[in-house]
Amino acid sequence: MEGVSHNYGSVSVLNDLNLVVNAGEVVVLVGPSGCGKTTILNLLSGYIKPASGIITREGIIRTVYQQDGLFPWLTVSENISLGLRSLKEPGQREKEKRELVELIHLEGFENHYPHQLSGGMRQRVELARVLAGDSDILLMDEPFSSLDYQSRLRMRLELVRLLKERPRTVVFVTHDIEEAAQLADRVLVLSNRPATICRELRIDSIRPRDLTDHAVIEAMKEILNQLGLQASNNPI
Amino acid sequence: MEIKKMTRPGTTEKKMEPLQVKSKQHQKPGSKLPFLLPVLMILGFLLLWYFISYINLFPAYALPSPASVLRSFKQEILAGRLLNDIIASLWRVAVGFVISAFLGIPAGLWLGQHLRARQAFVPALNFFRFLSPLAWIPFAILWFHIGDKPAVFLIFMATFFPLAIATMSAVATIPSIYFRVAKDYNYKGIELLTRVTFPAVLPEVITGLRVSYGIVAAEMVGCQDGLGYGIWEARNGLRLDSAVCYMIIIGLLGMGIDRLLAQLTKLPNVRWGYER
Repeated sequence: MEGVSHNYGSVSVLNDLNLVVNAGEVVVLVGPSGCGKTTILNLLSGYIKPASGIITREGIIRTVYQQDGLFPWLTVSENISLGLRSLKEPGQREKEKRELVELIHLEGFENHYPHQLSGGMRQRVELARVLAGDSDILLMDEPFSSLDYQSRLRMRLELVRLLKERPRTVVFVTHDIEEAAQLADRVLVLSNRPATICRELRIDSIRPRDLTDHAVIEAMKEILNQLGLQASNNPI
Repeated sequence: MEIKKMTRPGTTEKKMEPLQVKSKQHQKPGSKLPFLLPVLMILGFLLLWYFISYINLFPAYALPSPASVLRSFKQEILAGRLLNDIIASLWRVAVGFVISAFLGIPAGLWLGQHLRARQAFVPALNFFRFLSPLAWIPFAILWFHIGDKPAVFLIFMATFFPLAIATMSAVATIPSIYFRVAKDYNYKGIELLTRVTFPAVLPEVITGLRVSYGIVAAEMVGCQDGLGYGIWEARNGLRLDSAVCYMIIIGLLGMGIDRLLAQLTKLPNVRWGYER
């Protein structure tokens, strides 16, 4: 993204934003609600066109949505097959599909429909679908925010595991600071509208990281400080 | 096809087991009540009917007694007419309904996806929707003469517009996320329509089918047989007992066909539409 600005009517959402995401990198965007995080993803996916600036992307982009991104009329395995549409040979497609179901530990649920699954299982199917086939870049729009706290923690570990097996470039949007600190190679803290990057934080510690790891806690401190959410920022 | 129940341990399936004796007691009569209630209602209604005709509240020619209706049932069945009429009616309804589904659902899909088409056609659709199909009777006869055709035409006119409108509004309420996902996975054109739009509206289309379906009084004219014709003929002969007998058949057939259409809602790939 080079010098990208965007506005909805007279509301300027992004102002001259520059962002380079390297191949294989996990970049997490955090920021106050309504600051334009989702707009950035929509611009990256090509769903909306920027008012000005240039966006270049290399490779096939897929998005994991907050919830209900699965087609409810398709079974688990049929939903995963969407990601394998580019594979021509049925035998190979079948094999890939089985591997993916195993990868997300949903063996036995292939013929279930999304409404028969729990929220966490559904998001796992979404992950399998975007990882399927030839995808390169994954955009994640608060993918775990509709889950309860414990499932969220579990899904973070799951995502780390899946990315180990199938490395992808990831742009991850969240308001969850823990999530950012646990998952990111690079955290970008966004300012209020119009969004600019007000802090860039590199976390080098290898994944999986525990929530209680030193590096994670340090990163959380930094982010919270930047957002002005630490007690030291708010003297009583 | 049957949906397998989740039995694996560690899943989040909520087993709704009766927790206490108290709730068990509540459930026991509750399980039979749904069948018992309508039966009791019908029995009560029959009793009321019997009572009213017994005390001669209305003269016998204006309100046939249950016994006389039963007699005319026997007559019609023995004469072989009733079965013949049922088959004739069902055939016409089936043809009219199938034509209307094959034209109305695609029309609704198309209208739902194109704003300009909606702007152009929706006022006309609404206009025709509010015309009673009975208003078309003279045209039906003039255009299609006698036989099955005018009746089929009337059934089509009665069901096409509600079906097209139901499908159209269902398309309008498809969550935009499905189209975003479809775009992510390169669904375009016809494939988008058949693989995304259509399955997304299917539950509501089935409801639309159930609502718009009906054995209309299409055969009161232009036909020489059929249930509607039976009522018409009974009226002409002032045989209200026979008319009631046909009315009962129409009602029962309607219920039966609705149960049949309701089976469509049990298809595994539309269940999601009814369980949220």
